[in-house]
This record gives sequence, C-alpha cells and structure tokens, in this order.
Amino acid sequence: MEDLKGAGSSGDDKENLDNEGKFLNHTPILDELEGGKWPSFISGFKELAERTEKPMIRGVMDQLEYSYKTKMGYWKGGLVTVKGYGAGIITRFSMIKDKFPEATEFHTFRVQPAPGLHYNTKMLREVCDIWEKHGSGFINMHGQSGNLQLIGIEQDKTQECFDELNQAGWDLGGAGATVRTAASCVGPARCEQACFDNLKVHEKVLKNYAGMTHRPEFNYKLKFKFSACPNDCANAIMRADVALIGTWRDSIQIEQEYVKEWIDEYGEDALFDQVVNMCPTKAISHKIGTSTIEIDNKNCVRCMHCINVIPKALSPGKERGASLLIGGKNTLKVGVNLGSMMIPFLKLDTDEEVEEFIEMMDEIIDWWDETGLDHERVGETIERVGMKQFLEAVGIEANIDMIVRPRDNPYYKKEYESAT
Amino acid sequence: MNAPIERTWKTVESGPHTLEGTLHPVVVKNYGKWKYHKMIKPGVMVHYGLSGDALYTVRAGTPRQNTVDLVRQICDLADQYADGFMRFTIRNSVEFMFSEESRIEPLIKDLEEIGLPVGGIANCVAPIAHTQGWLHCDIPATDASGVAKGVMDNLYDEFKTLQMPNKVRLSTSCCSINCGGQADVAIIVKHTRPPRIDHAKLSTLCELPKAVARCPVAAIRPTIVNNKRSLMVDEEKCIVCGACFGACPSMEINHPEHSQFAIWVGGKNSNARSKPQSMSLVAEGIPNNPPHWPEVNDVVGRILKAYKGGGKPWERMNEWIERIGWKRFFEESELTFEVDMIDSYRHARTTFNQSAHVRF
Repeated sequence: MEDLKGAGSSGDDKENLDNEGKFLNHTPILDELEGGKWPSFISGFKELAERTEKPMIRGVMDQLEYSYKTKMGYWKGGLVTVKGYGAGIITRFSMIKDKFPEATEFHTFRVQPAPGLHYNTKMLREVCDIWEKHGSGFINMHGQSGNLQLIGIEQDKTQECFDELNQAGWDLGGAGATVRTAASCVGPARCEQACFDNLKVHEKVLKNYAGMTHRPEFNYKLKFKFSACPNDCANAIMRADVALIGTWRDSIQIEQEYVKEWIDEYGEDALFDQVVNMCPTKAISHKIGTSTIEIDNKNCVRCMHCINVIPKALSPGKERGASLLIGGKNTLKVGVNLGSMMIPFLKLDTDEEVEEFIEMMDEIIDWWDETGLDHERVGETIERVGMKQFLEAVGIEANIDMIVRPRDNPYYKKEYESAT
Repeated sequence: MNAPIERTWKTVESGPHTLEGTLHPVVVKNYGKWKYHKMIKPGVMVHYGLSGDALYTVRAGTPRQNTVDLVRQICDLADQYADGFMRFTIRNSVEFMFSEESRIEPLIKDLEEIGLPVGGIANCVAPIAHTQGWLHCDIPATDASGVAKGVMDNLYDEFKTLQMPNKVRLSTSCCSINCGGQADVAIIVKHTRPPRIDHAKLSTLCELPKAVARCPVAAIRPTIVNNKRSLMVDEEKCIVCGACFGACPSMEINHPEHSQFAIWVGGKNSNARSKPQSMSLVAEGIPNNPPHWPEVNDVVGRILKAYKGGGKPWERMNEWIERIGWKRFFEESELTFEVDMIDSYRHARTTFNQSAHVRF
C-alpha cells in the first residue's frame, strides 16, 4: 500500500498532498470539526484511517473535504446488491473518481438490529471484526429508519461480507420501494409504561415481511414503528406508515400513598400547576388540603402526562394493548402527514393475535400496492382515494375514534339501488 | 480486484436480529414487570422492578458516525460495567444498564475519558437526529453530521444539565425531504431555485415519465433539446421541493449559495398533553456555511434561550408557543415573521386564523 500514499488528491488540491508522513492527506476544513466539546466524527475517522491505512477512507476524507470546500455533494446511486436481494445495500459511486480514485466506491450495508437497538458486546464485536476485514470500518449507529449502517465497501467484497454477517445472525434491511427496517422504543425491557410487548411484535412482524424487505416491489416505501406507550419514543406517529402505539382500555392505576409522597416533596401548588391543570381534558381533580387525586377515566385520552410526572403513583391500566395508526410520513410530496387512528385498541399478546394483525396488514398492503400511484405512500393513497373507500376495501369498520369531528359538508352520496 | 471466492453459504432471510441474547439478565428477569423510575442526575436514571430489583441506566452521546474503534471502546465499557450489554436510543445515544449503584461514577468518568458526554435524559437537549449528508447521501445540499457537531458543541451544557422546561429534540436534514424528522427545533435545507437541467445527459440517466410524475405541482414537461429527448421545468409553477432530483440526477437542485437553511419549530411526536404536531417555519434564508454554520447556531441559540426562559415546567416548545402566541414567540426569539411563512400549499387553510382572536 505504500506506493498509494498521497494518491488521493490531485488537480487544484495539490496543497493537500504532503501531510508530514501521515497516511491521510491534509483536510484543513474537516479538521475544524475536531474542536469543540461534542464528540467529533472527524477525529474518529482520522484515527481509524491512521491505524488501518485503508485507501478508501483517505479517498472519502479527501472527497468530503472537497464537498466542504465547494458546498456540493459528489455521490451517485447505482445497483449494487447481494445474491437474491434487490435492496439492503445503498450504492454509492463517486461522481468525481478521476479526482479522488480512492473514493470510487463507497457502498453501505443496511443491517437490521434487534428490536429496541439492544446489543451484547459479543455480537457487536463480531460485526466490527467482519466489517473491518471487508469494509471501511465506519459504522453509523443508527440510520433514521433504525438500521445499523456499515458505511463504505467495494462491490466485489459485498457478497463475502454479507455471507459472514448473515452466518453471524444478521440480515439486511430495506431500501427503496420495500418494507423498511422498523424501529421500537426500549419497550418492556426497561420501561414500566410499556402497554404491549412491542419488541416481540416488531420481531415477528418484520421477520414475516423479510421477503418484502429485500425485494422492491411496491409503489414506494412502507415503514413500521412500534412504540409501547403514547409517549411514542420511537416517533411512530410521524415516521411510520404503520404505527402501533401502546395504550390501555381500563382506568389508570393510582397508588394514593405515592401521590401523597409527591405532594409532600413538591407541594400542592406544583400538583395543580404540573398535573391537574396540564391534563388536556381536565380529567384530574384534587381537593385543596387533601393528599389524593381523582381521575375521571371516561374522559382520560391516554396522553401519559400525569403518569410521566408521578410515575411512582400512576401507571397505565391493566387492560393493555395498542392503537393502530396509519399514514404517517414526512414532507415529500403532499406535506407532512401524521398517522391517523384506524383501530383504537388491538390485543397483541398471543401469537394468534399478532398473526391476525399481520393478516390485516396483508390486506392493507395489497390494497395500497394495487391502488397507489408511483412514489405514493399509503397515507397519501388513502387521502387521494378516500377513507371510506379504503375502509371498505380492507374490511376495517368505521369508528368514531378515527376523526376529531364529523364532517362539516354535505357532499357525499349514500348507496342506492338504481331504477334500471 | 480479488479473485471471486466460491460461495458456500446459503442466505438465511432472517429479518431483524433476534432479541434473545441481547438483554441484560436483570432486564430479562424484570421484562414487562417494572414498577417505576426516577432521575438520579443528568444522564442517569434508575428503574425499579416489581421484584424489588434496581436497574441503573447511564446514557452518553456519541458522534453517530462511529468507527469500529469507537464501538469496540464502547464494548469494553459495556463488558466492564454493564455485564456485556448495551442499547442505543433513536437519537444516537448509548445506554449502559446495570444493578450496582457503585458503578455509576466510574463509568461516567471512563465515558468522559473516551470523549462521550453523559446526559440527554429528561428536560434537556437530546442529541440531534440527523441525516447522512455529503459523507454518503446522493442528493444532499449540506453535511448534517457537521451541522450536528457544531450545534451540539454550542449546546453541550444544555445536554449535560436539566434546565429546559421539558425535553428538547433537534433534527437536521440535508434536503427538504427531511429524513431527520419533525422536532422541537429542526434545521433543514431549503432550496430557493428550480432545478438546473443537464439536457445532454438527461435522457440517458433518467426515466422521463417517472421524473414527470414525481412533481407534486405538474411543473415538469417533456421537451426536445438539440434533437435529444429531455425535460423542461415551468419555473413559475415549481415549488423548489427537489422531488425530481431524487428521480433524475440530471435535474440538479443543489447549489452552494441558493441551497440555504430554514429553521422550523414545534414538532412533537409524543401524545403527552397536546396532540402530536408538525413543525412551523420560523426562519429562512440562512446560509449553508460550513464547517461551523454560525448563522444556524445563532438562530437555534436564540430560540432555545427564549424557550428556556419562558417555558413552564413540562411545556414542550409547541405548547409554550401555543400559550404565548406566535407573535410573542417571534419577538422573544428575535426573529422576523415573513410572508412566505404563511402557508400556500395544500392544507394552507387549516393554518389561517379563522377567528377574531388577536393578541395586541
């Protein structure tokens, strides 16, 4: 590799060439990002490069420096994949490989971690060893969909690298018009507020859709996210076409002795300011001078606020499950859509219940696949075609929790039998 | 080029990695049977199980763009302090969990020693959710990792102390698609000019009907330029969204000067108190100025200073603004309301003030 030293730069960047015997070329603009207190990704890249002397890293650093200088990006896509798969590797070729030949290829593996991003050190060290052997050694933790992203590999090394990862229990995630890698909050692994086993449901549902994750065949992407309570720490309502958000159907559980403990510590004013008056439906009452609260559970909308403030005294009810919301997506193209309520309460405890959910999802995916336009997310299809048409097609019964108020215009037509 | 190696492995389409084996034994024992939690100090909390077990969590920020070296260092700490287990949050922090209270301080010390700050839980600034940018994306106008680094350098103390009314979630995105997501404060590229078309290459690089269909306002039409099939953009109609560029690399929308930043506030995913809400535009025309983006930092700093000073306990950014009104938000953040901040797109009417309610 010695003769490749300094090969990364050419043209008008000659001043970058000599870097005092270091493996990397000069990257004065990137070096600016090594200051400051927050951990620096540039320092990490540089240390890795000097240790491993991988030419790809040098080329990529040179190209990144050039991007910072010219304020433009220089990667283009393509179709690198592994046998049998149509997705999972994000292909990147340099648009300026003549300038930075070492940066010619820089493809990324999207790898599906365990639900909730839980790891043991053995599995993660194994990934590091496989990745250092075949790829750049850059690891993005994590992508915005929830992938463990191994950034920077050449095409001719992808199959061998994937085979080793796959033997170690890892599989690729989605990309393009597929079911995408899902995300979950920490769930019942550590959170007392978890209303369903989102980690188990995540694993079952995504294993069921592994085929649809690896082969792009839809109009566009389809994302699942699983948050175990309405605090929605997985950002499911905004980031997922299909959001399962934990909830409960009975009453909030109260232990008044701990309400008293909270009042004793923070005072009665704080109880009014931070709990009673912040309840969005005014469902909490407290009589001055007492040390208890009452909750009108019929009027509680399961927002989680009071439980968040006094977690020792208040917990979700005992009859727990999940709400299904559909249609969340970000800006492109009709603007942001938050997921909207479809089914207020689903039980997802048993394998049969999860199977039933998957069967319903199959219906929804089929309808969207047939009805949707190119590059149209399921929420956009529902908005364009009509909620009523969607509900009829997939066999979900209309319910009043789907809306914030009934319609304010008369422009609909009842079914009727025509005379002829 | 290496010689192709004979393949002996048959792919197992296993989907997500199994959860089994990834959880700390105390987590396994108390799975689904937790009682309550409390904050101990910034970045540290404890969960109590119905069994009486205590589980401590220490959370630390990471650069997100990690290396095998850093991940191995994190694994060393997980082996030393957390019995070989760890997890990551969706905002790129690493969490170590264990049952021995005595491990908290030595772990914090060792984390800070490898440069990972401890914090980010509860009413403070959490690390930025961000996108790939110039490092890896094919359509970026900036480098989100760099912006995130600059912003978090500035907000380092707000990550490590509990001084905000409630949690503050930030995001950064390198184009208007906004992969970084809705957030209390979002820093997002805003294009200001229509795409520039490379007629010589377009028909060989792009599926024309696909690019035409991609436009949300039907501004793209087929045309012939120098006897070659190509596309033209009705620049009057074009809303500079950049959707076509994703479908067709010959419709370059990124520009070193005309691709700028806009700042959005009030995004919220949680259902706590107010309903989940999307963000609103509050500052624009901010230059894309690497490597420190001082103009971005100035606006974000002003907004957070105003929120920190004016928000009541538990109020998220959107709830604080809802209480004081947008007029006062702009005043207190020293920002200027402009006509382009009035929505002119599909759901515009839902954002108009259909009432006589005005704060004078």
